[in-house]
Amino acid sequence: MNTTVSMAFKLAVFASLAAVPLLGESFYTELLAKTLVLAIFAMSLDLLVGFTGLVSFGHAAYFGVAAYAAALLSPEYEAANLWLVFPAAVGAAMLVAFVVGLFVLRTKGIYFIMVTLAFAQLAYFVFHDTALGGGSDGIYVNVKPSAELAGFQPFNLDNPEHLYYFVLAMLVLVYVFLARILQSPFGRVLVGIKSNEHRMQSLGYITFRYKLAAFALAGGLAGVAGFLYAVLFGFVTPELLSWHHSGNVLLTVILGGMGNLLGAVAGAFAFTAMQEVFGSWTKHWQLLMGCVIVAAVLFLPGGLSAIPGRIKRTLQGDSTHD
Amino acid sequence: MDAASILIQMLNSLQYGLLLFLVASGLTLVFGIMGIINLAHGSFYMIGAYLAFAISSATGSLFMAILLGIPLALAFGAFLEWALFSHLYKRDHLEQVLLTYGLILIFEEVRSLLLGDEVHGVEIPAIFSASIPLSDVLSYPVYRLVISVVCIVLVVALYYLIQRTRLGMMIRAGNHDRTMVEALGININVIYRFVFALGVALAALAGMLAAPISSVFPNMGSHVLIISFVIVVIGGIGSVSGALLAALIVGFADTFGKVLIPEYSGMVVYLVMAVVLLWRPEGIFKKG
Repeated sequence: MNTTVSMAFKLAVFASLAAVPLLGESFYTELLAKTLVLAIFAMSLDLLVGFTGLVSFGHAAYFGVAAYAAALLSPEYEAANLWLVFPAAVGAAMLVAFVVGLFVLRTKGIYFIMVTLAFAQLAYFVFHDTALGGGSDGIYVNVKPSAELAGFQPFNLDNPEHLYYFVLAMLVLVYVFLARILQSPFGRVLVGIKSNEHRMQSLGYITFRYKLAAFALAGGLAGVAGFLYAVLFGFVTPELLSWHHSGNVLLTVILGGMGNLLGAVAGAFAFTAMQEVFGSWTKHWQLLMGCVIVAAVLFLPGGLSAIPGRIKRTLQGDSTHD
Repeated sequence: MDAASILIQMLNSLQYGLLLFLVASGLTLVFGIMGIINLAHGSFYMIGAYLAFAISSATGSLFMAILLGIPLALAFGAFLEWALFSHLYKRDHLEQVLLTYGLILIFEEVRSLLLGDEVHGVEIPAIFSASIPLSDVLSYPVYRLVISVVCIVLVVALYYLIQRTRLGMMIRAGNHDRTMVEALGININVIYRFVFALGVALAALAGMLAAPISSVFPNMGSHVLIISFVIVVIGGIGSVSGALLAALIVGFADTFGKVLIPEYSGMVVYLVMAVVLLWRPEGIFKKG
């Protein structure tokens, strides 16, 4: 895509997202905020799966750790300070991802998938079985954090519209941050590791360190999503760390097409739309979801973002590409 | 703990570990030979347990359920391999993860549509329903011993099949180098179908055997799946003997974890895995 067209497209998407609260339908505002949180989560995973070639199947752990950190660091009946609790939650997720990364990055391929899953399960049991975060019942965030800074309050998260715009701002920030990272030498190394790790090693890069940095960073960004989730819903359960949650975000990334940040956002919309539409038809909506997934793998390699290219090729009568 | 209760926990560990081996052995063979990561493997355990429930409540006999269930599971496995998994061999792991994740959703929902979401019990067959007294208050159920014996017989049979028969030789060769096996004129696709069906049948049998002691409930497959992953990671991908050793380690760690440190028991197995990973990142028995 031509850069001007691409920029115009991004601005149009942003403008329409920013306009949604103006409709005054609080149901849609909340649904959309939830979708945007999923989009941030999916972008963070895409850094690993799509750009570095690390298929993590335990990404929900970092989302959940940050959500729990938000809940545990907030005083029970008072507002926590957003500017303290937000970085602390993200930092906790990043730290956990760093430590887990030290273990899981010793493995490759199928092992990596299974080991990330197993560590996420370990984190799940920490919150599920011990009294730390209220056990299997979960824990409430009774009061949303306050954005007050030296006596001045720039916005109020108790206001659903402000909260929505805060989430949207975070989405844009994470997108710009990841886009910049991927343009940087560090990002180029990650992409190099994905296409050929041995070659990167023989070029003198200590690829383990790069992968560890990417893993911790992705964990921290998943933590941004997890923190926002906790603030948005005011309720945190161990299910946030469950492998179904990890599976769903992986699905979101692949639905949108890996290695494409906006694709991850599109995937989040597609996932939420499927959930809502199928869910309105039947309580067995997961059956339809499963069929869509199986069909997508068999018939649509490359995800949603590959569709324009496929249509183009079909129109040009190029039958060489499968 | 006194001697009798230690003995009981040892027997429980053995029985749990051997049951896990039935699930994990199929998983590790499918990984090792076909290079496929199958998240739906735990669903076969769930399907086995529900088959045991459905058939035994219709016929009144668990034996009948197992007798009918095994050929059904084999046929189901062969069908799945033909319809879906055979398209995945050349795809990357991510697509395998996704497709098999989709399958879990489908299996769970179909189960919910056909048999509902209630927890069901399955009767222990009358001839095995007795208990062996160990002390004045403690006794050990015969049925659990039967499970262990059946599993040991299967372990020996699997060893014989893989190490001593011509088919087993082809399976081992396929594990080592697919292209070479094909070049020698062996139809590797038939071997794949057989191994996959065997894995499904073993997992389903584990579910059927476990149904009377664990009861039958939704999502029962997912816990077993993740524990089986841990076993495969500890044992080394593709190694059946590694899976056996790892399954026993996990069985003992989990059972004694529940007795000694109940609050942290869910984590014990994963900590064992973390230690093994530090020591040998590719499992205790490396493939090769």
